[in-house]
Amino acid sequence: QGKFTLLRDTRTDGSFLVHHFLSFYLRAGCKVCFVALLQSFSHYNIVAQKLGVSLAAAKERGQLVFLEGLKSCLDLLFGEEEQPGQPSPLQFLSGSTSDLRALFDFVRVSLTPADGDSWKGPVLLVDDLSVLLSLGAAPVAVLDFIHYCRVSVCCQLKGNVVVLVHSNEDSEDEENELVVNSLCHHSDLILWAEGLATGFCKDVHGQIKIIKRLSLRQAAEPDLVQIYQYKIQDRNVTFFARGLSAAVL
Amino acid sequence: LVFTEEDKYGFYSDLLFKYFLAEGVVCGHDLFVASADEHPDNILKELPAPLLDDTYRKELGDEAAAVKSGDFQDSMKIAWRYQNLPKMEASPSTYTKFGHYYDVSKKMSPELCQSVKWHSFYLHEELSLEPEMKTCNMNSGYARLLQSIQRIISQEGFDGSDPQKKQRNVLRIGIQSLASILWGDDVCCSDTPEDTHSLTKFLYVLRGLLRKSLSACIITVPAHLIQNKAIMERVTNLSDMVVGLESFIGSERETNPLYKDYHGLVHVHQIPRLNSLICDVSDTKDLAFRLKRKLFTIERLHLPPDLSDTVSRASKQDLAGSAKLLSSGCGAMAIGKKHLDF
Repeated sequence: QGKFTLLRDTRTDGSFLVHHFLSFYLRAGCKVCFVALLQSFSHYNIVAQKLGVSLAAAKERGQLVFLEGLKSCLDLLFGEEEQPGQPSPLQFLSGSTSDLRALFDFVRVSLTPADGDSWKGPVLLVDDLSVLLSLGAAPVAVLDFIHYCRVSVCCQLKGNVVVLVHSNEDSEDEENELVVNSLCHHSDLILWAEGLATGFCKDVHGQIKIIKRLSLRQAAEPDLVQIYQYKIQDRNVTFFARGLSAAVL
Repeated sequence: LVFTEEDKYGFYSDLLFKYFLAEGVVCGHDLFVASADEHPDNILKELPAPLLDDTYRKELGDEAAAVKSGDFQDSMKIAWRYQNLPKMEASPSTYTKFGHYYDVSKKMSPELCQSVKWHSFYLHEELSLEPEMKTCNMNSGYARLLQSIQRIISQEGFDGSDPQKKQRNVLRIGIQSLASILWGDDVCCSDTPEDTHSLTKFLYVLRGLLRKSLSACIITVPAHLIQNKAIMERVTNLSDMVVGLESFIGSERETNPLYKDYHGLVHVHQIPRLNSLICDVSDTKDLAFRLKRKLFTIERLHLPPDLSDTVSRASKQDLAGSAKLLSSGCGAMAIGKKHLDF
């Protein structure tokens, strides 16, 4: 409850973690607000069906609030004039405001429990935050947005927040690195998917570092770091200890 | 969204671009060609002619026969461990027919070109018209291009908005040399461009348009001119597939014996991972291309046998260095340079 999880990927694609958390929280009966900026609804739906969850059904029964960034953006640019009562969540794109307040309002309204709701804790899922920087949001605006979300979802509503960001070791994208580093410091749990340092391998797709930030809650505790390697298959992901992939044993 | 980084003189990426469009013509897809450089009419006049089945098979057959006659059937004596490995094929072995093949030395006949519906966007003609959409601080050339694409998609019903249309077709969009100075974007000429977000915003909106319609798009960009690497990272994130072409013209690799059979390298930086947890990964990441008299082929790069006595230390190290760079291919999987030094 009230945890902020950061999903991070370097040199590889960490979106399998997003799919996992999405189906995990939906199966657990939580109300999920999914801000999907990078892919279309049908992409997530198809993968979720392979993992055993139907996003369309979840949306119907009100368990899932899905913001399809690509579609919202098109509506904003090519659609008719927006009604004054319903500003687009991606309003910062039109340049009229430089902060992500509209996006935050959208999140807050979706996750505030309505009267008939019986879902267990609210969850905010974002895929992925680095896209906001590409669209012209300033790093400070992005960090403010996350801060507001954390206060509202984790502290007030006792829910969880899961956010995906990309990063690279020798990245020259300073704005992105700034956001990522800042988020790392404030996360309770960091799941860091990395491509193998030795190059591409067919049987081991990458390694994942799980960092439990105990130092956040208790001053003297060191962080707990665990490292596993993984291989992604069509319907699930297998994890194993380093060097012990099925291909070797 | 296929994002292609152009080679230095744009020669080979141009060829790839024309292949994409030619495939569209042969399959009966509609085309949309945009360019700031050449008028799209000229581009369309220069598409390669498709090879008819018989002639192509004959050509391939000749080559295969030549190779087979050199085969030895005796078992290996020294390297016997390798006997059991499948024989490595440089090109796809069974010539499975996926798509069509083209003859680069001939132009496509005008009748074939005219058989499909095509739309063009030539920046200099469009600049005189007024934009209707909100530009959102985007470069006006990009904004107009997006507006034009969106208009075609909704008018021609590629987004399924017209239930009356019985036959649904695919729209192939080709955008040549995007982000070059001709589009009004200074991303390619300065280290700290004025507007760092136009290109990425454009790609995001384009991605949205592609996702909601039956279309595919190829963009070529003179990436070697873009100094600001941060933008390239963001662009890679926003594209489904990123391929870079590196030609050997004018570089030191032209005379490198490692590459004597090829004209350039193909770097696959990212492959699409759509509708699935996994992506289709091939066995090898080292691809090279060559332009024969009639065909443009992409094959696995294999090193020629090192038979010379006089190969010096320096060139051996150079070979090893470039071989390492080759294996550090696909960015979506992993890049490793430092850990294999020995």
